[in-house]
Amino acid sequence: MKILVLMKMVPDIVEELEVAGDGTSLDQEYLRFIVNERDDYALEQALLLRDRLQATVTVVALEAPEIDDVLHTALAKGADRAIRVSGIAVTAGTRAKASALAATLPGIPGVLPVDLVLSGCQAIDDLDGFVGPLLSGAFGLPYLGLVSRIEVDAAAGTAVVAKEYAGGVMGRFEVTLPALLGVQGCEKPPRYVPIAKVRAAMAAGGIEVVAAASEPAATSLAVTAMAKPVTAEHAEMLEGSVRDVVERVADILAARGLI
Amino acid sequence: MAGNVWIVAEHWKGTITDATHELLAMGRGLADALGVHLEAVLLGHGIRGLAASLGPADAVLYVDHPTLADATGLQASRAVAALASARGPAAILLPTTNVSWDLLGLLPARLDVPLVNFCREVDVVDGALLVGSLLYGGKMAVTVDAGPGPVVLAVLPGAGAASAPGAPEPHVEDVAVDLADDSGVRLLAYEEPEAGDVDITQQDALVAVGRGISSEANLEVAEDLADALGGAVCGSRPVIDQGWLPLVRQVGKSGLTVKPRLYVAAGISGAPEHVEGMKDSELIIAVNTDAGAPIFSVAHYGIVDDATDVLEALAEAVRKRKG
Repeated sequence: MKILVLMKMVPDIVEELEVAGDGTSLDQEYLRFIVNERDDYALEQALLLRDRLQATVTVVALEAPEIDDVLHTALAKGADRAIRVSGIAVTAGTRAKASALAATLPGIPGVLPVDLVLSGCQAIDDLDGFVGPLLSGAFGLPYLGLVSRIEVDAAAGTAVVAKEYAGGVMGRFEVTLPALLGVQGCEKPPRYVPIAKVRAAMAAGGIEVVAAASEPAATSLAVTAMAKPVTAEHAEMLEGSVRDVVERVADILAARGLI
Repeated sequence: MAGNVWIVAEHWKGTITDATHELLAMGRGLADALGVHLEAVLLGHGIRGLAASLGPADAVLYVDHPTLADATGLQASRAVAALASARGPAAILLPTTNVSWDLLGLLPARLDVPLVNFCREVDVVDGALLVGSLLYGGKMAVTVDAGPGPVVLAVLPGAGAASAPGAPEPHVEDVAVDLADDSGVRLLAYEEPEAGDVDITQQDALVAVGRGISSEANLEVAEDLADALGGAVCGSRPVIDQGWLPLVRQVGKSGLTVKPRLYVAAGISGAPEHVEGMKDSELIIAVNTDAGAPIFSVAHYGIVDDATDVLEALAEAVRKRKG
């Protein structure tokens, strides 16, 4: 059983985001990148399956700032292979990235075919598409997104997965393998790995670097403007010490008969 | 002449969803601006009657097939792609909901047309579709020039008003699409959440916690305030992911939509996925350390401070007022 996990970096939105001088993109100077949170859940799901099924887990990511830390961490957590694909700009759109991966993955020895491909179901910068569905189309694999639990019956060549609908309703689906699943959550949060183990993985090297098979195709979409959202309405800000502020909130609640 | 504007009607548990009525309103405006027809695509099995409520559309294209009975995106994407390839719509609007999720991801891939995600508005300028979207968890607004199309637009629920009821019943055209029987994805069952926990949709007061409460131990502070207010605690996605609260306490896209008299948002940044589930609350008070958090555009009152400190002090203040 072989599992492939696709991971990518996204801007860290805990940091203040600034618009670049071109008015259409993020200012890269102060930008910090973190791993797409849903991809971390995809990796956790893969590692849980690996432990149950004696599967192998390969992680593939496109070049981006801090990506080696993410790949070393994946190795420290137990991934068998970590591959960085170079030559695609971190600022490229999701559609271009997916087409680059579709062109590159078949040429990396031992990666394809796989039984299961997992990726995060979405990312905060997925303006022009989602990696999972785009790749499933390119590889002709069944796709299901918003998955939060996966059980594999290797003998039957199927997986039973839980997909989230609204209001806590889950759909239970049987999926024929090989398949591509977009991961929303997992039965447990991503595992913690001690920094010493990450350092050991770093010292051991172990990240394979592969050049992208092609330049990403240009997409037909152009971002013509980017700005912090301007909204017609904004909260009335309550300022002062915590004690003063909560007294004013209590006044507001009392005036509305809420307390 | 440009192609028509399509919306893909979404239905869940036998009814057309609110998000679909919002799409109809947006689609109507777009079709009028382009001078074309608005058509609604309705997919399912034995649900032709639902077409009657898609009134703002000029016509409904109804595809009936046993494999379209359940909300699986693969079969739906095959059906819509077959129709779109034959008829060439300029734009196809879908809601970014969990029900339509797989379809909106797969359809652009199958048609090889671009997708514009997280849309909240669309204008027509010199024949080009200018789409306004929210990126980076709602922290940036972008304008995308999608040209004359074709394009698939994934529209955020709550981005615009719903179409007014009472429009005349649209003409319904039955369309046959040749679909394979096996997509590799089969629904086994829908599973309702376990009962017994608090129903957060029935509370007058909700204390909602997000990533900003930092640790599970701080949930106690939220519970204490909810107790003082006679309400309950709920949460945004990160808190559910950590297992600190069960899924039935989640507000937003995968969770529930709530409209309490009071919603205290503590340590919640206000990503669109969360906001769609709570924006209609009567009174929203948000606490966040980040003055630029999108939640402050939705809240009535905002406090820039540590969420745990404020909740703790507020619980005390509320108890004192109540005597």
